[in-house]
Amino acid sequence: MAAGSASQSGAAAAGSSASAGFGSERFALDHFALFDLPQDFRVDSNALDARYRALQVEMHPDRFATAADAERRRALQWATHINEAYQTLKKPLSRARYLLGLLGGECDFARDTSLPMDFLVAQMELRETVADAASAGRSEELDSLRDDLVRQRRAHYEELAGILALAANEQAQRTSALARAADALRRLMFEEKLMADIDDALAALDELN
Amino acid sequence: MAYSVKVLDHYENPRNVGSFTKEEEGVATGMVGAPACGDVMKLQIKVGKDGIIEDARFKTYGCGSAIASSSLVTEWVKGKSLDEALAIKNTQIAEELALPPVKIHCSILAEDAIKAAVADYRKKQAE
Repeated sequence: MAAGSASQSGAAAAGSSASAGFGSERFALDHFALFDLPQDFRVDSNALDARYRALQVEMHPDRFATAADAERRRALQWATHINEAYQTLKKPLSRARYLLGLLGGECDFARDTSLPMDFLVAQMELRETVADAASAGRSEELDSLRDDLVRQRRAHYEELAGILALAANEQAQRTSALARAADALRRLMFEEKLMADIDDALAALDELN
Repeated sequence: MAYSVKVLDHYENPRNVGSFTKEEEGVATGMVGAPACGDVMKLQIKVGKDGIIEDARFKTYGCGSAIASSSLVTEWVKGKSLDEALAIKNTQIAEELALPPVKIHCSILAEDAIKAAVADYRKKQAE
């Protein structure tokens, strides 16, 4: 591939285009731009996967096996960067979190522990229900909880997609939309954790049977 | 990740797990959650007529560090006044349990749970 050999011969410095090589300007691209995707929560996952494979081929460290040390190190860094960017965009939760940051939204998920009481009470009750169903081996109940949660989660991601699009496109509503997006994201983080709990419980029961 | 001996001790033998009934005299509840890891923590305190915390209970769905942090604070708040309980800082919890930096948010959660429980008690007293 021409782009790879061009940078191999050291042309990655000044003048290289943003779409070739791994010059610093390409490192500076946001993840969406890196994958030729619009800055939108709704991504075409086929396009994302295809672009990822293309970038992997183009920049695979094996291609730089005979290159100078510095060049090889950069190729490795670049491959790591592509992987991280892909993982971030692939999963809806991390994609939303990343996009929120790109749009200028702020939210300290580690420090922000105050959520609405009714939400926390409901979360606690759901966790208790899952724990009880798991210890009693009621996998049908877990399956049904999971189905409900899948539906809820889908609806909440849809809602979040709409809010993030509003934040991106409507300047006048950006601040309020970003705050609402952060709130929606916080709730989704609990739903993802609950889903992981249910899946763990189901896997554990599966092993018993 | 390797847990410290103290975290493991609280995780394996958690102190004061459970709930008081809400109707019990002097009982207040603090409920907090950490979005970063989806942990949910409930801390209840039982305050005597003299304003001293007589007893505490917790229920936490989270990792070992979150369980250990809440277990530890139920021990620490007992015998303290509300203001003394509010003076407990997450850094003290993290230090006592030797929490690694990625688990600091568990100690923050426990500190915030105390604040929420005291706030709930004061709100109930004002009513």
